[in-house]
Amino acid sequence: METVIVGENYSVDWDAATRTAALKGILRLNGLVEYAPIARFLGDAVPAGSMTLDLRGLEFLNSSGIAMLSKLVIEVRNRKSVDLTVLGSKAISWQGKSLINLCKLMPALRMEIA
Amino acid sequence: MVEFVGDFKESLSAVRDGLALTFSPSAIPLKQRWRNNGLSADFLADYVISFFPRDEDDVIADARQADVRGAVAYIANELLENAMKYSSETAGQPTTIRLILADGAIFFSETNTTSREHGEFFRKFVRELTDSDPSEMYLRQMERTAEGGGGSGLGLLTMINDYGAQLAWRFEDVEDGALCVTTQVRLDF
Repeated sequence: METVIVGENYSVDWDAATRTAALKGILRLNGLVEYAPIARFLGDAVPAGSMTLDLRGLEFLNSSGIAMLSKLVIEVRNRKSVDLTVLGSKAISWQGKSLINLCKLMPALRMEIA
Repeated sequence: MVEFVGDFKESLSAVRDGLALTFSPSAIPLKQRWRNNGLSADFLADYVISFFPRDEDDVIADARQADVRGAVAYIANELLENAMKYSSETAGQPTTIRLILADGAIFFSETNTTSREHGEFFRKFVRELTDSDPSEMYLRQMERTAEGGGGSGLGLLTMINDYGAQLAWRFEDVEDGALCVTTQVRLDF
């Protein structure tokens, strides 16, 4: 696992062996422009095959962050080459409320909320 | 002229407790001020949960407290982010966010002044939001954002769609052609 992006209260870690990107901390960036480096990394991480997005350590995400994740999921859906799994946590309020929308955008997405 | 969209409560009766934060227009760069949104939202959330005491023997009460904290932090942060993005700095009017605890509900009331151009765009958007199925509109806006369209209004949509909040607005014409907009959010618990 290596840290690929680090900000004031957040980080993005990447594990090449398991093709897992883990978002951690608190993300309240201003609009899709500030989310662009994270979006670019996640979009380019896996051209084809399986990929896991681990959100279990992401305590807070604002609506711009939700827009960034939704955009990623739509891109992956349209590309049809990536098998995406999202890991979430029931203990984190926003995940229990909002993650389900990603499945509506991409019915083939595997969502594991524990 | 004053216009209401949605079920706006002019006088919030049966108010138990509340808290108001006011921010004046400032010359501090946006990037520095942006941090303040999260700090203020967390402060409001921590204030509210003092009215939902923890009980170590009661798992449901504990989960409810975490739920209320998360919802208040999310909604307050979105309201403040929107106010900061769209407030008119030339109007010289402050942005205010009030949190009101009533019987069985938490009300948020956020007021800011915005340009006529943005105000009219926003008024059109909230009318559409009030008349639409929020779940369908959410998916539609997401597809639009993915195609490169901005200003998705996702913060307001998630409040309704994901948090079950009820939203209403008050638009008032003010001096210099600007609009004073109040967004009211009701969260039942």
